[in-house]
Amino acid sequence: MDYFIHLALICGIFIILSVSLNLINGFAGQFSLGHAGFWAIGAYTGAAYSVFFAPPLPGFINLFISCLIGGTFASLSGLIIGIPCLRLRGDYLAIATLGFGEIIRLIIVNLDVVGGPRGFTNIPKLSNIFWVYGWAFLTILFVANLMRGSHGRAIISIREDEIAAESLGINTFKYKLLAFVIGSGFAGVAGALFAHSEQFIHPHNFSFLWSVIILLMIILGGLGSISGAVVGAIILTLLPEMLRFMGETVAQWRMVIYSLLLIVLMLIKPTGIFGKHEIFGRRKKA
Amino acid sequence: MSAVLNIKNLTMRFGGLTAVDSLDLSVSNLELIGLIGPNGAGKTTVFNMISGIYIPSEGEIIFDGNNINEDRAYEVSQKGIGRTFQNIRLFKDLTVLENVVLATHQHVQYSMVGSVLRTKGFKTEEKSLRSKALDLLKIFNLEDKKNLISKNLPYGDQRKLEIARALATDPKLLLLDEPAAGMNPKETKLLCNLIREVRDRFKIAILLIEHDMGLVMDVCERIYVLDYGKLIATGDPSQIQNNPKVIEAYLGTPGE
Repeated sequence: MDYFIHLALICGIFIILSVSLNLINGFAGQFSLGHAGFWAIGAYTGAAYSVFFAPPLPGFINLFISCLIGGTFASLSGLIIGIPCLRLRGDYLAIATLGFGEIIRLIIVNLDVVGGPRGFTNIPKLSNIFWVYGWAFLTILFVANLMRGSHGRAIISIREDEIAAESLGINTFKYKLLAFVIGSGFAGVAGALFAHSEQFIHPHNFSFLWSVIILLMIILGGLGSISGAVVGAIILTLLPEMLRFMGETVAQWRMVIYSLLLIVLMLIKPTGIFGKHEIFGRRKKA
Repeated sequence: MSAVLNIKNLTMRFGGLTAVDSLDLSVSNLELIGLIGPNGAGKTTVFNMISGIYIPSEGEIIFDGNNINEDRAYEVSQKGIGRTFQNIRLFKDLTVLENVVLATHQHVQYSMVGSVLRTKGFKTEEKSLRSKALDLLKIFNLEDKKNLISKNLPYGDQRKLEIARALATDPKLLLLDEPAAGMNPKETKLLCNLIREVRDRFKIAILLIEHDMGLVMDVCERIYVLDYGKLIATGDPSQIQNNPKVIEAYLGTPGE
């Protein structure tokens, strides 16, 4: 039973991560490969609060404060990293954000207060299904509402055609940065929730590979679709686990099967499961 | 008449190439001006300097009494210059209506928090943005196509949608870069009337680049002719048609 609860928690955390990365990559069209870095900042600052500073308040209040701290620190670093990086485009932006993601991880490895390479231990178990899915719901609601207003449309216009967007009076740099800061903020919240569900975090948990996996989730679901990001996160969290139980041969080959399934899907439907559409008809007939 | 746009000694150099060479140009309120010239004469470069995509090497661009030389493209738009592009730049994957609603962004009053919390102010303003966009589409006869994805529109409609989108920013001056490119003669004729109607209805000045001489001579009140970056003639359509320099630039000298 514990196994399933844990799996559900991880699933919810990845939903927050994929929906927030989708704001940056899918809606604003800014190819970021540093999401795991912001996730790490949220996890470590959130955990540091609980371990070193938390007053004796009820657990859920401390968890809430920890999420806010994780989110704030992650969005602040998103701002600091975004200002130089978002002047770059496409592949160059991807490389720069990848670099910053790794820098964040290496700084943590060398920070002895939070355990450095040994990992950060003794984090209280405060996350539960309610809070993880509460935050996941909040993330989805925030991004969905944002995208239906003028500020969200300005973010989409950057993906569609940056020069045209500028010619209509949209300060594209400002909105790229906005998407980046909001996206990294929610990644930080996911980090704090992750730390309080695992109770032990290690710099390895936040390597570049995870940025790629979160990216895979949104590509699989469909870049620019919130429903797609949610479904992508669920599939890519549950699929490797399901294959584990399908007999010894499948279990041994599960990573190969997993990769093959991804390749097949991309060949059949390159725009992802949902394309740019949503489950609930968001394309309003005005 | 007061000048909306005043360009003095405008020069643009790309390395050793002088694309535009000391151009003087002025557009008055409510005027319809044409900018013509053979391919590569530097017409689009002039547009790109006015609209803030390039920063001029020399000279001054005065719009509404302010120097806008160094302004970024979005600042130029916020000051009141709208434009369309030679190679259409619609938001291809958005619907026709979304394209126009998006363009009203710079006048939106509600904050981001308002849109996330879906406040009452947000809802009323969204409604009025939509009806403003629909009114614009009506003028361009695109109302029935409002829910089509814009890349699926016929070419002529895409050009019209781009003009509608530029008008949604409430410009005082509209720059049209080859609005009739790719249109058939019938569509071009309708476009002529549309351009005049837009000027009269919105009370704006229009500066347009065009290769279709029928349209230019029909619509424009004054014409500037560029060749190799230099202004070679200016005047009303009949003066331009009979100007030997203009004929030479387009057809070459006799006996060549």
